[in-house]
Amino acid sequence: MARIEIKQSLCKGCALCTTLCPEGLIEIGKRLNESGYFFAVFREEGTCKGCALCAKICPDVAIEVWK
Amino acid sequence: MQAAEKKVFERPRTLKEVPFHFCPGCHHGIAHRMVAEAIDKFQLRERTIGVASVGCSVFLYDYFDVDVIEAPHGRAAAVATGVKRARNDRIVFSYQGDGDLASIGIAETIHTANRGENITIIFINNTVYGMTGGQLAPTTLLGQKTSTSPYGRDFMQDGYPIRMTEILATLEGTAFAARVAFTTPKNINMAKKAIEKAFQFQKEELGFTFVEVLSACPTNWGLSPVDSMKRVENEMIPYFPLGIFKERKAADVL
Amino acid sequence: MTEKQDLVKGNEAVAMGALDAGCRHYFGYPITPQSDIPEYLSYHLPKLGGEFVQAESEVAAINMLLGAAATGVRAMTSSSSPGISLMQEGLSYIAGSEIPIVIINMSRSGPGLGGIAPSQGDYFQAVKGGGHGDYHLLVLAPNSVQELYDLTILAFELAEKYRNPVMILGDAMIGQMKEPLLRRTPEKIVEYPKDWALTGAKGRPQRVLKSLYLKDGELTAHNWKLHQKYEAMKKDEIRYEEVFVEDAELILVAFGSAARISRTSVMMAREQGMKVGLFRPITLFPFPEPRLADFAKKDVGFFVVELNTGQMVEDVKIATAGRSVDFFGKPPGALPTPEEIFEKIREIYPG
Repeated sequence: MARIEIKQSLCKGCALCTTLCPEGLIEIGKRLNESGYFFAVFREEGTCKGCALCAKICPDVAIEVWK
Repeated sequence: MQAAEKKVFERPRTLKEVPFHFCPGCHHGIAHRMVAEAIDKFQLRERTIGVASVGCSVFLYDYFDVDVIEAPHGRAAAVATGVKRARNDRIVFSYQGDGDLASIGIAETIHTANRGENITIIFINNTVYGMTGGQLAPTTLLGQKTSTSPYGRDFMQDGYPIRMTEILATLEGTAFAARVAFTTPKNINMAKKAIEKAFQFQKEELGFTFVEVLSACPTNWGLSPVDSMKRVENEMIPYFPLGIFKERKAADVL
Repeated sequence: MTEKQDLVKGNEAVAMGALDAGCRHYFGYPITPQSDIPEYLSYHLPKLGGEFVQAESEVAAINMLLGAAATGVRAMTSSSSPGISLMQEGLSYIAGSEIPIVIINMSRSGPGLGGIAPSQGDYFQAVKGGGHGDYHLLVLAPNSVQELYDLTILAFELAEKYRNPVMILGDAMIGQMKEPLLRRTPEKIVEYPKDWALTGAKGRPQRVLKSLYLKDGELTAHNWKLHQKYEAMKKDEIRYEEVFVEDAELILVAFGSAARISRTSVMMAREQGMKVGLFRPITLFPFPEPRLADFAKKDVGFFVVELNTGQMVEDVKIATAGRSVDFFGKPPGALPTPEEIFEKIREIYPG
């Protein structure tokens, strides 16, 4: 099982990652980070395949991928 | 407990662990990451000198862990020429926006390419002047409203959007010229490969290398990051086609 | 050290001085009356393993210079008035980024396209900053072929010492004339530490050369730092030549080619028993203000001769506040003759 880690403090909530995840495992959360952005959150319970598309599209290099 | 979990995607070494100042959804960050990855891939960090230009891209030195010199508006290609001529065993790249490269700096850009300077230019085309607040750029699309083309770009008034990659591809000194975008997984991969190839060509001293990145400026376009990505795909790519427009073979320069 | 003298053109003496100072990187664009400099260097630099680039414009040339010098090599450009105007943007960035470069202005006449005759109409542009922002070039004003050579070598040292652009301000006359030159190649090139040079961040932290300072107080501090350098130049780098000034009742002040012509006029006055001296600033920035102020403590008059309608005279007035300062200016067209200047001396000479 793969997983991703979203660095909350770097995320600006642009939501580009949410459009590319083939499994629909990322969404913009309801909490604000210290910069005042609603940041993206990863649904741990899903079936992440580690394709890293989310990380590749992330303009803030806020996502790391583990496999 | 899983045994051998491996990190398969992480921040490149050359990119400092600091947040970008770019607006949400701005593509500068993706382009920055790809440039840093190319530098890492060929282990060039310790012999790379970057040239920062004027615009949103000026803070290059805050993000890239390499030596950097800041150029006046439009002059990055000339500055890069000077750096390379003085230190021809170093890797030299500039990173410039469309106002900088295609308007005020077009003379420096064209002549640097024409001399075949062995440098790499990463060119961010987002069809507006970003840092000054979204004014008309040489790349602004016909009909596009900006803060200085409030009625939309009209070719009778402002001419046509300029295609830099095509222009530079006609020059003998250009070794590699490509236009890329980040709109689809396929295009993202192509962009990464093109930027890598530009640095590889420089490493192999094949001549001038140029990658134009079609980029979104959600803030000045007044669109969400997701809609901005759609605009790149649906409006920019039809006018600015993606692809490799020039790729010199090593044998060509022998 | 060679003792052989050759008959050399002023512009070529500059090029020779640059080579003998260890400069191996030149970026320029042709313009009369200084094209002998790029012509000479385009021949010699490749043979010495150097780089000669004829840029697409003066704008590009000064920025190539910015890039090359940022890596710590000795680099220069040369041009003449209209071309120097185009370089002002780059000079401002170079001064702001504290990069040592040498720039030669074999000035011609303006404004605009003007002409190619000798002129000193670029004095203000050279010494008061020239580009935007609060900065100075260090400006050297030679008046002979030998001095063109010697001061070019010195220019490279001073540029590195202060991490500041240094300008040689000549003109069409001294650039084009031929005189004997003793090419006294320095036995040791004086160099300064380059712990700022961009060479690639190998085994050390990243280095950045820039002029943008946006954080609170940064730009204020940067401007004061630059100011301190200019103050240090004023303290340590003032250079001038004096002829018959000890007993002078009238001191003629002139630089460069105006000083050359004026020297003959001063000799003519001395032959007539008039106590006239010549004071020739060699550094125009820093201006030899303290020395002139010393003279002004005595009962002497000052007479400024320039190849323009009055520029350096303002600095002489500031330096000699309270003393009478006469002025004779000759805008571009025809050079003044020694007799013409001598007549003016006779008109204003005390008593």
